[in-house]
Amino acid sequence: MAASAYASPIEKGWYYLHRLICGAVLLFLITPILVVIPLSFNSVPFFTFPMPGLSLRWYEEIFMTERWQGGLRNSLFVGLSVTLLATVLGTLAALGLSRPNFPWRTAVMSVLISPIIVPIVITAVGTYFFYADIGLLNTYTGLILAHTTLATPVVVITVTATLAGYDHSLTRAAASLGASPITAFFKVTLPLILPGMISGSLFAFLTSFDEVVVALFLAGPEQTTLPKVMFSGIREQISPSITAAATVLILFAVTVLTTAELLRRRSERLRGIR
Amino acid sequence: MATTAVQIPGSSDGVPLRIKLQRVERRRKLRAFALVLPLLLFVFITFVMPIGRMMFDAIHDDTLLVLMPRTTVALSVWDGKDLPDERVYAALAGDLKQAWAQKTAGKIGERMNYELAGTASQVKSSARNASTLSAGPYKAAMIEISPIWGQHEVWSLLKRGRSSYTAFYLLRSVDFQYGSDSQIVASPPENAIFRDIFLRTLGISIGVTAATLLLGFPLAYVLAILPPRTSNLLMMGILMSFFTSVLVRTTAWVVLLQDHGVINETLMTLHILSQPAELIFNRFGTVLAMTHIQLPFTLLPIYSVMKSISPNHVRAARSLGAGPFYAFWKVYFPQTLPGIAAGCLLTFILCLGYYITPALVGGPGDMMVSNFVATYTNEQLNWGMASALGAILLTATLLLYFVFNKLVGVDRIKMG
Repeated sequence: MAASAYASPIEKGWYYLHRLICGAVLLFLITPILVVIPLSFNSVPFFTFPMPGLSLRWYEEIFMTERWQGGLRNSLFVGLSVTLLATVLGTLAALGLSRPNFPWRTAVMSVLISPIIVPIVITAVGTYFFYADIGLLNTYTGLILAHTTLATPVVVITVTATLAGYDHSLTRAAASLGASPITAFFKVTLPLILPGMISGSLFAFLTSFDEVVVALFLAGPEQTTLPKVMFSGIREQISPSITAAATVLILFAVTVLTTAELLRRRSERLRGIR
Repeated sequence: MATTAVQIPGSSDGVPLRIKLQRVERRRKLRAFALVLPLLLFVFITFVMPIGRMMFDAIHDDTLLVLMPRTTVALSVWDGKDLPDERVYAALAGDLKQAWAQKTAGKIGERMNYELAGTASQVKSSARNASTLSAGPYKAAMIEISPIWGQHEVWSLLKRGRSSYTAFYLLRSVDFQYGSDSQIVASPPENAIFRDIFLRTLGISIGVTAATLLLGFPLAYVLAILPPRTSNLLMMGILMSFFTSVLVRTTAWVVLLQDHGVINETLMTLHILSQPAELIFNRFGTVLAMTHIQLPFTLLPIYSVMKSISPNHVRAARSLGAGPFYAFWKVYFPQTLPGIAAGCLLTFILCLGYYITPALVGGPGDMMVSNFVATYTNEQLNWGMASALGAILLTATLLLYFVFNKLVGVDRIKMG
């Protein structure tokens, strides 16, 4: 849509100014993230362009040194456990919430979503006091449970959105043809909501994989995660290995986003929306 | 099939159809609820209970009651006018002896020090000395050991310790405290920092919300009117930024803004600057980074509302003679208000609780409430203050969340 031919000079001027502003805002949004990526391949430990040479030494550092490696291992382990727990709990809840006439739907939904609204420090501090009482501080179990709490809203939101377009007469049709509720779920409902479930679980993984505040409070040296290593690195002396770790996290985010988008399209196609 | 059609109105067992339907309906509701129950229980145990406990900690403190049982009981008959009598001092000596033996004197001192600075070391040394006292009279002996036992405000504090509930932490969070007669007075200037912190948090949040609206609105508008192919491409960029973690985006700003970061080095290489500009560890850096992180949260709801506005409305206004700006302002803009409300409210709520970004790119003067909650928990180990500040922040957040639910609806929160 270009400026129309009959527009006055002021309108044209405004039109181009508006486009310019939008270009600037988009640059503001994306550049900081894109700047980090090339810097992680810098051969010298400075944050300047042009870079004197390319090197993989910072990646070597994060994949070879014990501190980073341990962080990555913990992040993956905690993230996968969280994904499993959050997906099961979140999908079950979303299935219940999407049934017609669910009682107190808004209230229940508000409670289930609240972990992403309540300031993260409050969640972390409250859990820290609570875990201190029951002895879950500095344990994998504690960290996994806390991250699962933060990740379930994401699954609930994603799967509920998928179920919004779900035609309940399909389940009834299966039942009328003699399928038990369990069979009907696995043969009819599950294949249709699977794309939503997978994107939900990917977002759940990302939530845990990126999370730093709860990890700072609840994780001991044993459970140090990748973001926690990054955080202390930024606090002390920021080195390019942090930009390498950041690039890894960006890569994860982009992968998750792309997969979720592809799944969404597939699910729309399956349900015949497009 | 024909038989069932006959059986339903007939209801062979004598139960009316209406009741049967109600039963089925109730069973369905229960079954739906049973599916949600596991998560509801999980969230209750791992989220609601811990936060409830923290809220409780903001008003609950039984340190003095538990560690100085004799003194607090003896003080219940003290009229609070002059110094207490010999009996109370004897109880005090007994409690301090016990505290010294059980090594709890430090805890008592710390608790008293929260309210009366400088008492911690006095209590400790008093406990050590009291353990050598063998017989009374205790009053003169205790005041001899430490002058704090001759101070009226110390006894007021101990008398308040009779209750396991205290408003001290909450009062302190809004810059009030107990005076020497347990009356509520304004905190002295060196302690009165919290109102500033709340105002600062509010100010930064309003600033960031306004900035995201100013930057997000024009961009959302362009995205809504561009052909889908182009706008989808641009949207991918915005979503990429949205899904990159807060930590990574904050890191990016540290890399860009620091003294030898990308911006300063580039400007110096180009001879625009002779020495690095201070871009980080100040308010500018904090607001800039937070605006960058929150921009998609404001933009996306506005965009989704704009997508649903028919372009015919503005065209109709134009054909009726309205100028382009008048048509935009009178016809288009009012229809975007629900999106603006949703986006701004969400950004504002999330801004109130910011922790990572002020901690990494802010200076000491940019720390928000969350940073103080963290400091009191980890460094000062004053859990009462951490809980009280947290309780106030949480209450504000939940109130706004309630407004958000009423205004926008929780169903409108989407991923991407």
